Amino acid sequence: MERIADWFVKCFTDEAILSAIGVTLKMAFFSCLISSVLGITAGLLLEKYNFKGKKLIIRINRTMMGMPPVVAGLVVYLLLMRRGPLGMLGWLFTVKGMVVAQALIIVPIMTGMVHQHASGKAPAIREFCMTMGAGRWQTVWTLLREMRHDIYFCIVTVFGRSISEVGSVMLVGGNIKGKTRTMTTAISLLKSQGIFTEGIALGVVLLVMAFIIQWLCDFLQREESADENN
Amino acid sequence: MKKKVLAVLLILVLCFAMAACGGDEGNKDARPAEGTTLMMATTTSTADTGLLDYLKPIFLEDTGIELQWTAVGTGEALAMGENGDVDIVLVHAKASEEEFVASGAGVERFPVMYNDFVVIGPEEEGKYGDDIEACFKAIQEGKLAFVSRGDDSGTDKKEKKIWKALEIDTSANPNYIESGQGMGATITMADEKKAYCLTDRGTWLKFKNDADLDIELNIVCEGAKDLLNQYGVIAVNPEKFEGLNNEAANVFIEWICSDKVQELIGKFGVEEYGQALFTPNAGTDN
Repeated sequence: MERIADWFVKCFTDEAILSAIGVTLKMAFFSCLISSVLGITAGLLLEKYNFKGKKLIIRINRTMMGMPPVVAGLVVYLLLMRRGPLGMLGWLFTVKGMVVAQALIIVPIMTGMVHQHASGKAPAIREFCMTMGAGRWQTVWTLLREMRHDIYFCIVTVFGRSISEVGSVMLVGGNIKGKTRTMTTAISLLKSQGIFTEGIALGVVLLVMAFIIQWLCDFLQREESADENN
Repeated sequence: MKKKVLAVLLILVLCFAMAACGGDEGNKDARPAEGTTLMMATTTSTADTGLLDYLKPIFLEDTGIELQWTAVGTGEALAMGENGDVDIVLVHAKASEEEFVASGAGVERFPVMYNDFVVIGPEEEGKYGDDIEACFKAIQEGKLAFVSRGDDSGTDKKEKKIWKALEIDTSANPNYIESGQGMGATITMADEKKAYCLTDRGTWLKFKNDADLDIELNIVCEGAKDLLNQYGVIAVNPEKFEGLNNEAANVFIEWICSDKVQELIGKFGVEEYGQALFTPNAGTDN
């Protein structure tokens, strides 16, 4: 028991580990932010408008939802490398590059999930707004408000996806100590060194983070439903 | 109709499976451990250079033993031996290897061959000749970018040892980074960042030869005595763990140290890269 406690003390005092936790959170936060904005917008637009090729777009998006992260990582790597088309940005082996790779993975997931939820709810809400004579932006606002539970859920899902991802982050970030090393790539490195104990400790920290996130989501939902009961 | 096809397929699969299990009987002469599998933990360098792919079929033909390996860093390879997950280890970090034997996890260490390390960097070929001290000091003083493996592998240990011997504190260089990845990924990163890096010659030659992109780095320092890299082979102690294929491990050690195989190792890579990747030296005390 004492040894387990020791690991955790080590976890929260070791500079390298703290940095890995920091990088993970920073990356997950920004990639979630970007993909929430893009994904929610795209998902709602896709639900609202009918146009030629819509089915194809939905199919492509569903395929992208299942894209293996290493493939996304490879694509972003090729774009960002020194001799690649976006090489002048100098984003390879930086957190920015990692956020781009993550966005490529999670924007389709966000879009797909929001579209799915919106297909079920949005038509009725829109009709209601129309009857009430709401303007365009008022309608959008109502839509977002009514769908907030679904959206929370989507955000939590992609956040979880983001902190747990390793393939693309390893390729694009390069696992540089103190700069682009995340918790997952640190675990991967620790395993390659034959050090299992610290790897497990980091894994537990990741699980605790996942627990907190889902609890937060649950908490928000409960808060909301309490509101509605008044 | 569909069901019939399925049934036929299932029967075929079963037949193949049975044939695979039942094969190779009757052909038993007195070779020890014949028909068994030898599991080895080795470093990425022996696997990445293709040496093991080159030796595997010859070993099978000579002894009837199937060689399988997992290529990891020296640290992990030795940890696998310590856990009894493999029958034999082939690694390159003499001090750790001796510790491995002293702790009782390994039986005895036999030197097999060596290759050497080179420093590569974004400068003209051979800038520092064989003066590793001048090279590393120039990197430190100029705060030049340097990518270290940082994964506790044999190469990483070698690099750290050289910095230490020169009494240089790399943490004072903000452009000294640790990739925490294998040799190939680290060379790619050095190339992308126009940085220096320490690599074994074998991986470097193969990488430079086979990579899709032109690598814009050159060997800037080579031939120093500090840069030699000795490989040793150790059978995992069968008294410590059950179920090890120690017999096959001993056959392998005898085989790889034999004159014939030592000569083969000395020839490996000459045709493709113009120079040998490893220099055999079994029977010496390195």
